[in-house]
Amino acid sequence: MATQSEQRPPKGKGFSAHLTQFLGSMNLAISLLVALGIASVIGTVLKQNEAFSNYIIKFGPFWHEIFMALGLYDVYIASWFLFILVFLMISTSVCVLRNSPLMLRDMRHFRLNVQEKSLRAFHHVQEESFEEAPDEVMQRARDLMKGQGFRVREKKAEGHSLLVGMRGGWSRLGYVFTHVGIIVILIGGTLDSKIPVRVAQMMGQVVAEHRDIPANEVPDKSRLTADNPSFRGNVNIPEGKSANIVFLGLDDGYLVQSLPFEVTVKDFRVEHYATGQPKSFESDLVLRDLETDEVIEQTIAVNHPLVYENFAIYQASFGDGGTKLDLNLWSLNPELDRPLTMTGSVFKDYVVESQVYGPMNLEITDFRLFNIEPVVNSEGQTEQKNIGPSFNFKLRNEAGIAKEYTNYMNPVDQGGRFFYISGVRDSPSEQFRYLNIPQDREGGLKRFMTYLAYLHDEARVGQIAREATIQAAVGAQMSQEVQDQISQTMQRLIMLFAQGGYDAILDDVSRNMPEDKQEAAAEAFIKVLHSGTQAVYLHMLKDLEVGEPDERDWQFYDDAISAVSVLPYYGSPYYLKLDGFEHIQASGLQITRSPGKDVVYFGSFLLIIGVFMMFYIAHQRFWVWITPMDQGSHVLFAGTSNRNPLDFDTLFTRLNKALFGSLNKSA
Amino acid sequence: MAVPEEIMQGFEKPSWYQRLTVLDWGWALLVLVSTGYAYSRYQSFMDGYEIGILIGSGLSLVLMGWYWKPFRLYSIAVAVLSLLAISIYGTDLQIGEQNFFLKYILSSQSAIMWMSALFVLATVTYFGALFSGNDFVGRVASAMTWSAAVMGMVGLMVRWRESYLIDHEIGHIPVSNLYEVFILFSLITGLMYLFYEARYKSRALGGFVLLVISAAVAFLLWYAFDRGAHEIQPLVPALQSYWMKIHVPANFVGYGAFALAAMVGVVYLIRLRGERRNPVGFAATRLPSTAQLDDLMYKSIALGFAFFTIATVLGAMWAAEAWGGYWSWDPKETWALIVWLNYAAWLHMRFTKGWRGAPMAWWAVIGLFITLFAFLGVNMFLSGLHSYGQL
Ligand code: HEM
Repeated sequence: MATQSEQRPPKGKGFSAHLTQFLGSMNLAISLLVALGIASVIGTVLKQNEAFSNYIIKFGPFWHEIFMALGLYDVYIASWFLFILVFLMISTSVCVLRNSPLMLRDMRHFRLNVQEKSLRAFHHVQEESFEEAPDEVMQRARDLMKGQGFRVREKKAEGHSLLVGMRGGWSRLGYVFTHVGIIVILIGGTLDSKIPVRVAQMMGQVVAEHRDIPANEVPDKSRLTADNPSFRGNVNIPEGKSANIVFLGLDDGYLVQSLPFEVTVKDFRVEHYATGQPKSFESDLVLRDLETDEVIEQTIAVNHPLVYENFAIYQASFGDGGTKLDLNLWSLNPELDRPLTMTGSVFKDYVVESQVYGPMNLEITDFRLFNIEPVVNSEGQTEQKNIGPSFNFKLRNEAGIAKEYTNYMNPVDQGGRFFYISGVRDSPSEQFRYLNIPQDREGGLKRFMTYLAYLHDEARVGQIAREATIQAAVGAQMSQEVQDQISQTMQRLIMLFAQGGYDAILDDVSRNMPEDKQEAAAEAFIKVLHSGTQAVYLHMLKDLEVGEPDERDWQFYDDAISAVSVLPYYGSPYYLKLDGFEHIQASGLQITRSPGKDVVYFGSFLLIIGVFMMFYIAHQRFWVWITPMDQGSHVLFAGTSNRNPLDFDTLFTRLNKALFGSLNKSA
Repeated sequence: MAVPEEIMQGFEKPSWYQRLTVLDWGWALLVLVSTGYAYSRYQSFMDGYEIGILIGSGLSLVLMGWYWKPFRLYSIAVAVLSLLAISIYGTDLQIGEQNFFLKYILSSQSAIMWMSALFVLATVTYFGALFSGNDFVGRVASAMTWSAAVMGMVGLMVRWRESYLIDHEIGHIPVSNLYEVFILFSLITGLMYLFYEARYKSRALGGFVLLVISAAVAFLLWYAFDRGAHEIQPLVPALQSYWMKIHVPANFVGYGAFALAAMVGVVYLIRLRGERRNPVGFAATRLPSTAQLDDLMYKSIALGFAFFTIATVLGAMWAAEAWGGYWSWDPKETWALIVWLNYAAWLHMRFTKGWRGAPMAWWAVIGLFITLFAFLGVNMFLSGLHSYGQL
């Protein structure tokens, strides 16, 4: 098997010959393929293009610096990665340039000039003498080769005649197609890459913007004009609004790319299957060319983009477009048993006052109409269910420290009991921890909030504690002094609990009791606390005219106590209950201009055609070398194929048998 | 001078269409009539691309049947059983619970269970045939493998119909999730093996190749019983595309071929070791020769590479339509590239550097693990566009 790429450079040639030799060498090609593979692995294992802060948390500042310097956060645009790609392109080009002429020549070349000696050295060769005359043998050989679909050339020379049959030369063209295809793909990819932007960035003409400011305030250095030939950017457009820009991510920031047209999102729709899973995402778009005023209206969906000139607009994502929310703010350090009301919009900030926490900044960050969550149904099976709308917000105190919340609008069924659910976390990398507030019989928060208000009301708690102690004392022998002591303890414990949960009580115990008595004391205190909270609960039920409490009321009590016990960690002065909303969505569009696409497709086409030609066509040649003898002729039959030696063995044997078997051996 | 007939045959090689028999033309007619029927009946539900795919499938079926004759019988068996199941179903999914045939044999779930059982049995039987040297046992193993491939395909066909019976909106071709593609993988690998079994007239590889399939079946069963993956789920919007119908099957021809090559590599290594230890021993005599194994390993990697190239290009074209870019360095894409580069390097090593023997066999085996990661690991460990996290 001749391997063209391994030919030595002609002796005496200088540096450039050695360089092309190196660039076109197989070893280099294979090393590059492997290097590219390994680099790609890095890019998939390390999550790409996240916010730098996330990387710092994950790897620590030291490794973060190193990884950043190596470009591992955006491997595919890192200079060393591009270097490998460029190298591969050069290497393949050199390889093609060097081999193609040989291949193309070889494709048509019958090799009539072979030496008998070299034919004898072939792996596939047979010779024998026959009675037939050379012309007769030649005739047979010609019939055989033509009958098998070979193209045939003949030569009569001094002392011998030669016939060559050849087929499958296309196989060689397959090599050219495949490797040219790869070069073409790489060129197409380069046309669509971020490389020009990177170059401009390195030369200081383009600077990534990091601030969260309106697009029209972004300075020119972070803008790209509408004639930029290639980009791929995103923009979120609320329903009823328009945009004529997209944002391109760059490092940790972004650039603003102007468009020669304006896109308006008239409507955005999510449709759902009966099971609640999303079925389609669609936007009704109006595109107006800013130069010609030409208008196009089209509905796009996932897998169905709008193509305008050489731009394409895709349905990429969706989000909130500033939904209006009606909120009830229930104080959690209550003076009131009624909530404050307010209206707010997603993406807007508000100030809420609070006696305990001071003024806080309320930043409403998101709203979701559907939440498909695993829910345990009444048969104990988990099923995916829509549990209704939710919204997210942050509460930032004066020191600038924020907690993030997610509140669900509707109470959620948890094994037959319904709860208002709110999640809280300190940073995006944490999981939400949930506060579950039991829903009362009227379907609201009123009973829980009233109970909370009672528990915070020191005077009232004192009164109830005293009444409860007197009741308990009726049967027991208890001095007034002991009674006072107990009722005061009860009051103090309830106040501690309401402000700081069980931990406050345990703290109190560990501060005021000797070590060996702590456990017993804690147990006793919790008992006293619970009889106190129960008394407060009963008292409240009486005030609310609920009547004799039943099992459900006691279940509510248990759930309420659980909720109260975690409230100190909730960190918000209010519980924000969503009462109503006007849903406004935003459609996330991706807008691209990719001049290299067709180039890449063309290259891919060449590649596929080439690969099939290379694999499934074998370039085969047979030589029939006939030497006249006194009686008949001596025949040498030899053959080569550039691939599939095993199949060729069979073919060679078959043809050899056919030819030699049709002749009469000379004695 | 009389020339013996069989020798003269070597002189004339009839062109491929001259070699077609009446049966071949009958096959073509059958497929074309069926395709025409499907077209006339479902025309209004298909867009231009889907009509293209239908015609393309019909033509491929004809060619496949011409190229590999047993494939005709296979297709007919699949068609008859699938149509039987579909006609019993009618328009009521509930019948699957009552009708004996559906419940125990032909509903997609049962057919897939049959496929699983048959593949595992066939694996054992192939090994039995290998160790006993009994030809009859070998034929039984082949029959089981054929049956498994039939049941797997019937399972997919019926599942396709069942998805429409659940709800017209939910209906889709069953190549949309890991569960479904594992079935596809098993049966494509099985069929590919059967092709080469007939080609090389040797059943010695059967047990080894079917080991991979049995592993796939084990995963499939775990996935179904533990995770309820067999439930038919509606398609997320990103998957609602005709591209899926061609991209996924092309990929699985690739995966199947790579799996086949890896197992051939394993046999190669066993045989090599056998030859070294005991040239007249079991491994050195019962298993195919290293030359044959090497040939088969190369052919399946070439086949896999060719189809994987097509699949990756189709994937890029789909990505261009669904995500707005033909290449996003999404983990799944990138791993497809890694797999592809790996086998490109393998092919160059072999073809242009002439590497042979144990290193290439080891490389083919390692290749399967890389492929496996691209196919399974990425879905499990890496997130990206392919997990449809955003939409
Ligand atoms: C991504 C890069 C490349 C890919 C995907 C690729 C693909 C292929 C394929 C599929 C084959 C057929 C192998 C076979 O028939 O078994 C092949 C053959 C070959 N490749 Fe590459 N190739 C690449 C880069 C290169 C480079 C850089 C060189 C130059 C050193 C090269 C030189 C060759 C040669 C000389 C052959 C043999 C052709 C023949 O003699 O018929 N390839 N290539």
